[in-house]
Amino acid sequence: MSIITVRDVKTIFGGKVVHDGLNLTVNEGEIYGLLGPSGCGKTTLLREMVMLQDFPYGNISILGYNIHSMKESDAQKLRRKWGVLFQFGALFSSLSIRDNIALPLVEYTDLHAGMIEEIVQFKINLVGLKSSDADLFPSQISGGMKKKAGLARALCLDPKLLFLDEPTSGLDPISAREFDDLILKLRSLLGLTIVMVSHDLQSIYDTIDRVAIIDEKKITYEGTIKDVKSSKSKFVQTFFK
Amino acid sequence: MQKTILFNKQGSTLSLEFLEEITLYTLAQIEKQILSYSYKGIKTLVLNLEKVAFIDTAAAIFLAKIEEDMSSKNIQCTLICQDKILLATLELVKTHKPEKERAHANISFVEKELQIVDKYLSKYLDGIFSLIAFFGKSFMASMYYLSSFRHIRFKEIFYEINESAIKALAIVALTSFLVGLVVAYQSAIQLKIYGANIFIVDMLGVSILRELAPLITAIVIAGRSGSAFTAQIGAMKITQELDAMKTMGFDPFAFLVLPRIIALMIAMPILIFVADMMGIFGGMIVSDINLHVPPSLFLDRLREVVDVKHFFIGIIKGPFFAFLIASIGIYRGLVVKDDTQSIGFNTTKSVVESIFAVIVCDALFSIALTNLGI
Repeated sequence: MSIITVRDVKTIFGGKVVHDGLNLTVNEGEIYGLLGPSGCGKTTLLREMVMLQDFPYGNISILGYNIHSMKESDAQKLRRKWGVLFQFGALFSSLSIRDNIALPLVEYTDLHAGMIEEIVQFKINLVGLKSSDADLFPSQISGGMKKKAGLARALCLDPKLLFLDEPTSGLDPISAREFDDLILKLRSLLGLTIVMVSHDLQSIYDTIDRVAIIDEKKITYEGTIKDVKSSKSKFVQTFFK
Repeated sequence: MQKTILFNKQGSTLSLEFLEEITLYTLAQIEKQILSYSYKGIKTLVLNLEKVAFIDTAAAIFLAKIEEDMSSKNIQCTLICQDKILLATLELVKTHKPEKERAHANISFVEKELQIVDKYLSKYLDGIFSLIAFFGKSFMASMYYLSSFRHIRFKEIFYEINESAIKALAIVALTSFLVGLVVAYQSAIQLKIYGANIFIVDMLGVSILRELAPLITAIVIAGRSGSAFTAQIGAMKITQELDAMKTMGFDPFAFLVLPRIIALMIAMPILIFVADMMGIFGGMIVSDINLHVPPSLFLDRLREVVDVKHFFIGIIKGPFFAFLIASIGIYRGLVVKDDTQSIGFNTTKSVVESIFAVIVCDALFSIALTNLGI
């Protein structure tokens, strides 16, 4: 079953065409990678999927909702069904790690404080942070920890769909591999569908099932990672050498 | 309330049969039902998940917690579940169970209080030391400037004079004009009672030239340019521009700090001069209308009774005020931390502190000059 379908999406920034008719499909339960050279608009596409950026032509539908023509109440429902991890975590700087993770739980559920604390502690532990880190503020922790805390926040409502923007960039190789393992484990346990932008070759080989390569404003390849070398794209030829 | 759990009691065994999927959103209701049940005389609790299609991790945490609670009440707990995915989720929760609260080190009340005092005191001292370090570095940079004419960043200085002073001219002039107007208007009522109309000139001349114009200018500039310094430099710090400058060998003190301080010190006396004229002008209008002191008489009297020293004292204060405003603004920008709240906090602080510093400085001037008999 397809979770996300992107049809003929065209993006134009101030006269400059970034995407010229993108088409792709993400199926349920897979880890889907968006790849391409710098500036090809991977992150832009991700932003368009999570409704941060409008696009003039084309259609994107996510979990059965067409994001161009749905009601605001549906959009709000949809937003609870996905989690987004930004490249630098994007934690709220005025809140501690605990409060960052607890915020969606406090706002969207009627659980009592004790239960929320249990859930927060579990998520903190799940992503590999220490319980004592919960009281720290985003300005007091390292980039890697911010990323983990951002993931914990993205996972806090147990979403079906997870968007990751360069999840392993800025992590040391050991943490990066742990992160990959974590993503694979979460996928199998929670039935997640994951869309990620990545440049980390190891992580791409280890985690990604299918991949879309954006180059020259189009999708030059979409399919499994094994067959990627069949693509004639110059980017693919150098990147997967 | 819709039943989502079936309670089935047989002797000392209670079986809880969950009927639908358990998620974050249904959990609160389920918990209420379970907690409201009385567990007296129950020895075994069976959690039956046969009919549950899906649980999320929050639900798994909840189930694990029930098992724990029950075992602490000496109730045996068993779980009936065949679904592999559900079991895996439960297992996941158990493997990532955070270790219980680290034991708090036993510290006495006094020790705790002392720790708090220590924390605040060291923070306070750190602030003072970093301020001293800031002045030290500024001084070093000014020595570097003085070592050669070519080291002075004229371009930046003139740019800052334009940005933080020339562009503030209109607002300084208007504020000062209004203050002159208001002071004259209020005094006019009092002076009229005694028929001492002409003394408005003495009063306005001394108060505006010596005190009001410098203070008004300093306050407007602190609010307008001092805060801008903090915000600009704070933003540069967050985006690591300052670090980039340092690695390229551009000393931020020579490139950012001194040009701003020097620019404001040059421009402030000019702004005060404009404020003087506008304040007197405002007073003159009120004198003409309310007290029937025509401008020609006003100006004659001004020249006669108001010594030129009052004017110079006002002007001399300018560079001192400018130094305080610029250095506090920049210092506050440099101590901005790597989070978005910090800029707002430091900008507020910079304005409050620089206005306070200006007023303290003005008081010192007043005491010193009076004692010197000037």
